[in-house]
Amino acid sequence: MTSAEKYVTAAYLVVLAVVLAYIVIYAFKLSRLEREVAELAELARRRRETQSEPEPEPEREEVAG
Amino acid sequence: MLAAAAAGLLLLGISLAFYWVPDAPIEGFRQRIFYIHVPIALTAYACFFWAAWKALRLLWTRDQRYDLESYTAVHMGVIFGILTLVTGSIWARTSWGVWWTWSERQLVLFLVLFLFYSAYFMLRFSVDPGPRRANMSAVYALFGVVLIPVSFLAIRLADELIHPVVFTRDVNSNLVGSQLLTFGICFAGMLALAASLYTNELTGKRLDERLSELREALS
Repeated sequence: MTSAEKYVTAAYLVVLAVVLAYIVIYAFKLSRLEREVAELAELARRRRETQSEPEPEPEREEVAG
Repeated sequence: MLAAAAAGLLLLGISLAFYWVPDAPIEGFRQRIFYIHVPIALTAYACFFWAAWKALRLLWTRDQRYDLESYTAVHMGVIFGILTLVTGSIWARTSWGVWWTWSERQLVLFLVLFLFYSAYFMLRFSVDPGPRRANMSAVYALFGVVLIPVSFLAIRLADELIHPVVFTRDVNSNLVGSQLLTFGICFAGMLALAASLYTNELTGKRLDERLSELREALS
């Protein structure tokens, strides 16, 4: 392999490496977003359960006399 | 769809660049960096133009969704800018024997353009989110676009012509048919790649914003 061939190959490989690095970073971002969506879905489910539970009856005050 | 088009066009373009296109008369084999370096540089310019267009739309309509679109385009432009500098530097090393030369105006102007857009992020993240930040970012992106014709023309107007010039009126220095076709395919592939990355990045950023709104609403 000549010197020129090495440099040309390196230029193309650098571009490939940057695109691959971008894809890896994006994959991490997607997994973070997925985790956050799951957390929010869990939060929304808990809130719905709390709202659907029957409210405890208020204690009646005893009337004196 | 865009990603598949980008992959197909780039694979075809790179294959043609390595196995079909003849060696350039003076540069020889190393001229093949041209088929990746120039499309990347032009794509970076296209991203900055797109960012400026979206910034103009924001200032014109006051529609905040253009802020994220302009920001994403600058983000993509900076990534392609880094690649332009790296591939250009490799080409300089093999052609001129140096990684960088400060005497070439076109190189320095591209570096200035790149640093200008890199500073965009510092400005953006030093201001609280809201219409004020959107307006400031838009004005900055619009100012940056003025540097693009200067950077582009510098290659043609520079006194020292170490940097090669193609697409001139001189028929002898222009590309032959196979070189032009390969360049066109690589350029189309690079634009498709940028469009694909832009769309994905924008979707991710919008999703991030909506999740933050949802979190605030639920907490």
